Amino acid sequence: MSKSILPSNDQLQRIISRKKPRSFARDTARQLRGNPGAILGTIVLIVLVLVSAMAPILSPYDPASTDLLSQLEPPNSSHWFGTDEFGRDILTRIVYGGRISLTVGLIALAIGATLGTFIGLISGFYGGRVDVSLMWFIDVLLAFPGILLALLVVSILGVDLRNLMLAVGVSMIPRFARLVRGTVLSAKENLYVDAARVTGLPESLVLARHVLPNVISPVIVLSTLSLGTAIIIASGLSFLGLGAKPPSPEWGAMLSDGRQFLQRQWWIATFPGVAILVTVLAVNLIGDGLRDALDPRMNQ
Amino acid sequence: MASFLLQKTIRLLTVLFGVSLLTFSVLHLIPGDPVRVMLGDMGGGAAGDQSQAAYENLRRQLGLDRPLPVQYVRYIEDAVQGDLGRSFQTQRTVMSSVANSLPSTLVLTAASMVITVILGVVLGVLAALQHHTWWDTGIMVLSLIGLAMPSFWLGLILLMIFSFQLEWFPVRGTGIGSLVLPAITLGLGGAGVIARLARASLLEVLRNEYVTTARAKGLKETLVITRHALTNALIPVVTMAGLQFGQLLAGAFIVETVFARPGIGRLLVDAVLSRDYPMVQGVALVAAVGYVIVNFFVDLSYAWLDPRIRHI
Repeated sequence: MSKSILPSNDQLQRIISRKKPRSFARDTARQLRGNPGAILGTIVLIVLVLVSAMAPILSPYDPASTDLLSQLEPPNSSHWFGTDEFGRDILTRIVYGGRISLTVGLIALAIGATLGTFIGLISGFYGGRVDVSLMWFIDVLLAFPGILLALLVVSILGVDLRNLMLAVGVSMIPRFARLVRGTVLSAKENLYVDAARVTGLPESLVLARHVLPNVISPVIVLSTLSLGTAIIIASGLSFLGLGAKPPSPEWGAMLSDGRQFLQRQWWIATFPGVAILVTVLAVNLIGDGLRDALDPRMNQ
Repeated sequence: MASFLLQKTIRLLTVLFGVSLLTFSVLHLIPGDPVRVMLGDMGGGAAGDQSQAAYENLRRQLGLDRPLPVQYVRYIEDAVQGDLGRSFQTQRTVMSSVANSLPSTLVLTAASMVITVILGVVLGVLAALQHHTWWDTGIMVLSLIGLAMPSFWLGLILLMIFSFQLEWFPVRGTGIGSLVLPAITLGLGGAGVIARLARASLLEVLRNEYVTTARAKGLKETLVITRHALTNALIPVVTMAGLQFGQLLAGAFIVETVFARPGIGRLLVDAVLSRDYPMVQGVALVAAVGYVIVNFFVDLSYAWLDPRIRHI
């Protein structure tokens, strides 16, 4: 005799009496705990953020004050990462620079994600001419690969840290707009969206209450995966002299300073790059883990 | 296929129109008066008849004394005929500067593309064939590091080791030797992307029934892989390689500065730093048009390789 697939009365009672529904955040955290890469990335990122936040307590040196008696010292017990041409402690500058590089990356990402999500939502939800026009605009932005778009924005607005964030943010818009539009196109076909419309709910509320929640998971995943790119583009522009300016300890600007000492003082250009690499690697590992946990389809 | 081609061509033309509109707008989006901004950078901001004459002259040279629609039509007419204006800094035509720099950028991009594809495919296939071994883990970790590594830092490290310490390659120059380090710098990140894709694609194909049938027939494993699995597994890799071309072109903008190589990337960076707007507009237009056209052909090649795409 075949076994019934329907739940027994006991099982039904247990399902009904379950008090706490599993929350989104708890589910995600549980899945991330099973991913060693994501755990490693999270630990490294937490350490980086804490060290940057506590820089004045942790470091005995000032990132900007010069010490002409300690110029170009190789790594030693007083200066673990050595000193630069002005005798400034490189480790201290990297730790303080973390504040700038992480903030620039996060703000740029917030600009790109917010504008991109807004464009994608409107485009996908309203369709028609609005969709055609907005997607044409996104296609035009996509015609300028990565850093070229950021370079164009910097050339218009001028060289400045605030403009750098805006430039990197603009270069992030297309990826979010495309992703959100695709998600909205499929979400708005759901029956509950039609049901909400039938009840007479205004379109803007249907969009905000019933379509927007579908977009949150993919946007979180893409944001995490894009943070590394934002940090690399921002430090790349600073490296070119189009972002943070000396004596700022921004990592890209520090690398640019170290270029002239490549032949003998290897430490000046090496450690800021390691800082970028470790940060981006940590963020990417978390992004990969979140993608596996929240949106396995993206992984495929 | 004809309707697919027509659809893609219309889309290409509308995007090209948008690109021209955006590059044209650069001068008009600058906060304040672009002529004053440019003259200010040249130290021409002093008062007097001479500076007023210089102001009027530059304004006329940039065509800013005409109505906006006329300016745009003139910009397009000139661009189609290869006239992208004159550099404010060097007074040379933008087109001649671009024509001088472009070959170097294309050579660098092509060389890094070879490294990206060959290294990426070899590592990806090796990882897939050694699935769940240390080889697989090692290659995937390396590809993750390659993706996270900023090209401008990798370039400096390679210069430090191979040019200054070991003296294997020249620090700068235009010969083949001076191309090796920039090409590796630019190609390694892309190789990570291709390796991950090739691995995933081959693993998926190896699960197909026709591969099992080929093995059941008693075919040698090498033949199963090369004749049956790889041919299908590499289709998405071909598309990704095409898309990587644009990314490599964009990456060249930074790598050229690291290695002090001439190229349109360096031309653009110098133009942005010196606020040479005609040069910025010209280089951005040429780079974006090139990128869009390469993507157009990648789309077509994908549709040719996989007929299902034509009906999407």
